[in-house]
Amino acid sequence: MQISEAWLREYVNPPINTEELVAQLTMAGLEVDSVTPAAAEFSGVVVGEVLSMQQHPDADRLRVCQVNVGEEQPLQIVCGASNVCVGLKIPAALIGAVLPGDFKIKKSKLRGVESFGMLCSEKELGLAADANGLMELAPDAPVGVDIREYLSLNDAIIEVDLTPNRADCLSVEGIAREVAVLNKMDWSITEVQQLAAGHQDSLTVTVDAPAACPRYLGRLIKNINNKAETPLWMQERLRRSGLRSLGPLVDVTNYVLIELGQPLHAFDAAKLTGGITVRWAKNDEELALLNGQSIKLDSDALVIADDKQALALAGIMGGSDSAVSDDTRDIFLECAFFAPQSIAGKARRFGLHTDSSHRFERGVDFTLQARAIERATQLIVEIAGGSVGPITEVTSASTLPQCPVVALRKQRIEKMLGIITLADEQISDIFQRLGMNVQTQTDGWHITPPGFRFDIAIEADLIEEIARIYGYNNLPSSSLLMRSELSPATEAVLDGERIKDLLVDRGYREAITYSFVDEDIQKIIAPDDEVVRLKNPISSEMAVMRTTLWCGLLKAALYNTNRQQNRVRLFETGLRFVNKDGVLHQQKMQAGLALGSAYAEQWGENTRKVDFFDIKADVQAIFGLTGCDVQFLPAQQSALHPGQSAEILSSNGEKIGWLGMLHPTLEKQLGFDTQVFLFELDQNLTLNKNIPVFKSLSKYPSVRRDLALIVKEDISAEQIISCIKGCAEPTLQDITIFDIYRGKGVAEGSKSVALSLSLQDDSQTLTDSEIDAILNRMLDTLTQTISAKLRD
Amino acid sequence: MSATLEEILAQALKELCDATDLIQLDQVRVNYLGKKGLFTLQMKELGRLDPEQRRSVGQIINQAKDQFQEQLESKKVALEIAALQSRLASERIDVTLPGRGQSVAGLHPVTTTLRRISKIFASVGFQVVEGPEIEDDYHNFEALNIPSSHPARAMHDTFYFDAHTLLRTHTSPVQIRAMESQKPPMKVIAPGRVYRCDSDITHTPMFHQVEGFLVDTDVSFADLKGVVYEFLRAFFEKDIQVRFRPSYFPFTEPSAEVDIECVMCNGEGCRVCSQTGWLEVMGCGMIHPEVFRAVKIDSEHYSGFAFGMGVERLAMLRYGINDLRLFFENDLKFLEQFN
Repeated sequence: MQISEAWLREYVNPPINTEELVAQLTMAGLEVDSVTPAAAEFSGVVVGEVLSMQQHPDADRLRVCQVNVGEEQPLQIVCGASNVCVGLKIPAALIGAVLPGDFKIKKSKLRGVESFGMLCSEKELGLAADANGLMELAPDAPVGVDIREYLSLNDAIIEVDLTPNRADCLSVEGIAREVAVLNKMDWSITEVQQLAAGHQDSLTVTVDAPAACPRYLGRLIKNINNKAETPLWMQERLRRSGLRSLGPLVDVTNYVLIELGQPLHAFDAAKLTGGITVRWAKNDEELALLNGQSIKLDSDALVIADDKQALALAGIMGGSDSAVSDDTRDIFLECAFFAPQSIAGKARRFGLHTDSSHRFERGVDFTLQARAIERATQLIVEIAGGSVGPITEVTSASTLPQCPVVALRKQRIEKMLGIITLADEQISDIFQRLGMNVQTQTDGWHITPPGFRFDIAIEADLIEEIARIYGYNNLPSSSLLMRSELSPATEAVLDGERIKDLLVDRGYREAITYSFVDEDIQKIIAPDDEVVRLKNPISSEMAVMRTTLWCGLLKAALYNTNRQQNRVRLFETGLRFVNKDGVLHQQKMQAGLALGSAYAEQWGENTRKVDFFDIKADVQAIFGLTGCDVQFLPAQQSALHPGQSAEILSSNGEKIGWLGMLHPTLEKQLGFDTQVFLFELDQNLTLNKNIPVFKSLSKYPSVRRDLALIVKEDISAEQIISCIKGCAEPTLQDITIFDIYRGKGVAEGSKSVALSLSLQDDSQTLTDSEIDAILNRMLDTLTQTISAKLRD
Repeated sequence: MSATLEEILAQALKELCDATDLIQLDQVRVNYLGKKGLFTLQMKELGRLDPEQRRSVGQIINQAKDQFQEQLESKKVALEIAALQSRLASERIDVTLPGRGQSVAGLHPVTTTLRRISKIFASVGFQVVEGPEIEDDYHNFEALNIPSSHPARAMHDTFYFDAHTLLRTHTSPVQIRAMESQKPPMKVIAPGRVYRCDSDITHTPMFHQVEGFLVDTDVSFADLKGVVYEFLRAFFEKDIQVRFRPSYFPFTEPSAEVDIECVMCNGEGCRVCSQTGWLEVMGCGMIHPEVFRAVKIDSEHYSGFAFGMGVERLAMLRYGINDLRLFFENDLKFLEQFN
């Protein structure tokens, strides 16, 4: 909400400057978002009166005016505005005046006629974006007075960003009340005159929904002239509150809304049929709103209706059928209290948000309606005339909010805030100043909040008020003494952060990509996964939750290859979202991507492209951290190259993840011009760690024996190794594959695999014959299981 | 005889002199002192002389041999030095050339920031807990005292999957989940991704928060102030000014916004702090009795505080990053700066 500082100071005027006032509000929880001057900088402009006017001898559009600016002699000023006329009061810029935009006024000649100043429009004074001729001042405007002073332009517009609990401050009176409390001052409430009834006509008011509308006041005002001009002072205050002037009726209801915080609505009485009913809408009932929108209602929407149709969405917006216009003569003025829970969320449901709904859903003072309707009546009659009818009031006492008596215990204040040095009298003074009824009890107080404080319901709310008025920064601060238990240093689970560090050390940069992705890309990468779809995505590019982190990594890689990066190594840690058999799984994954050269370009090494085994080494390094054996099995995955993809399984067969080259078809489809390698691991399964068990060191030497085996092409290294391990030879320490050979000396369709075995016994030095025997046993098994032959 | 020996010695010394490396030098040694070396042969021939002669001739031979040996040794040292010099010269490299191999990359600045935050709190025993990102309405809103019609819901532009399932809009639901599964006393921080249906220069639809809370029998707002002060000073490694402003969150009462003195201008007023000298960095407050009621913790016996902060915001302030959107573009040129 934004208000004029000068307006506020009419209610309460503490001896502090704008900056201090603003700081005070902010520190009391009414956060000031901005302070802007009410008008742009200008000087040397006074109220002038056109005394006489002559046609310019040489220009059709110009007139030569004699203008009284409060000096002995009138000034001759040439003016081109169409609305200039004798007797008009206007802002006159004198010689030496500086208008907004550093526009200096000098003595000048216009088509040969001297001009000693300039008559101004609102636009020229920076008060409006557009203007249609001179700014017309009131007939009683005092000639010669500085226009800034006359229009109170030396004012600041204070914009307060109020939290939802402080609806009581959504008005000038509300903020004045708060400023008075903070400065320990009194404030002057708006004086309201009750006008005598000029006629006795009224409409019947029926409230069918008393819980939603505990109080409804209305009255007929007849013979209004809605073509009357809203006075400048009201237009200015509205402007400074961010509202445009739209004719006396709308202006007055808006003005009272800002002044007192009470939304009102004026219906054109000529457009009503029969009486007024406050009721729940019927299903499929339609209502054309003031903003041109047409909505379909249901029984959840509260409406104001006449005998024929719904007229307005209660407390939110009026309807166009019963709206006031320039020609309106008779109005039915509504001033009601709608219960917050009956308005809350309704505006949002219809995509609406109005000053009225904003206040009603947060809570309007339910004791305010009588005063507000009189205030609005008074202002309407002052501006637009009219004859006032009696007020019809329907109040259902049982459904009006009850101001709860809240108990505050002294001992809880200290428990919640720490030790503060406030005497009991000071505490009860704070509540009294806040307009609360205070009754002293033996262990504390019983406090009854006023009707405008919807936010005070429990003890903690009262304690917050003490803290707020006392000042959060005056509250004690303590170094926390915490009960602490030693936390277990879990060893069987690796810290996931360690994997990030490892990948960083191996040249992968961490990426963070959106968890929602483009459904098309998601489909290309994981066509078989059932996706979780957002109901209200921000765009189609962020419409479904990722089922693999590859979606984001591939997109990030493309972003970079499109920006001349030809080597990309990225990893990401985060959740993937998979629906499986109707159950949503949110799995933490660890994924990586590499493309381009294996190493950054460097001297002394030949550049080569990254390949499967480069990233396999990176993945194996991760498992090196946990010491867990995993298997890499050739397997098919739709996103990966069928000949270069492996599924990673734990020793007990759990599926940990995938590793491989992006399928060439996808590579092309996504727009890469190089091979891309990917891995993705289930983090929970990856983090399982073996706690080491010590094995005593052998005192005897180890021996190395090399074997060159001829096997068929389709026998995998994994098969050879597990076959050797299958012999369960206790002296076998290690197996290393050190060469793969195809070509001369090896038959087509076969390959030679050279491996070295390391053997060591715990109790003796192995003899040659023992070693030969071990190797022969292994060879027999290799021959039987995978038809391996020893290479000659 | 002695003339011959002189000749041999002269020849031997010449050969020593001519030797250019240790191999040649050793050949010279063998030629003269080896089993069949010339000096050795001279010594063998002594046997044929009569004893008197043998002594004097022997002496002469030994003198020649000693002279040779002495020269041999010094030549050897000289050649060794020369060899070393030559090796050192030949092995000289340009040590300013870059090292080879894989180079180290870096963590995302959000992760670095999260780690620093976690480390600070872990040092006093806060436990790090994570929660689901697809949440239910109950944990994200209801249990946090934000019923469906609450105006505060309008401040959370929520992504929905259906009427009850949504992307968490803050990390506060982890507070509920943790309090449902553990008993006080407890000290928890919950870092993670959160989502709001909002995207412009200063908002991304996904960002990171850290929620922290502490529940015990005698926790007061003074403790909250102390922890927040200490945290901010630890995080910015600076004795910065901190202020608390009353604010409103449905799940805390009293509630506060925390401002720090602008780290860009030291509180002088600049574009980053909108000339106020202050920067809003976190929200906090005493856990609302309704929240305790939802997780069945007796608010008469226990009290607690909670706080929440935006990680990107802290990272931007810490590293001077001026555009929020950079965090999720994953431009290598951006990421590279945070090794």
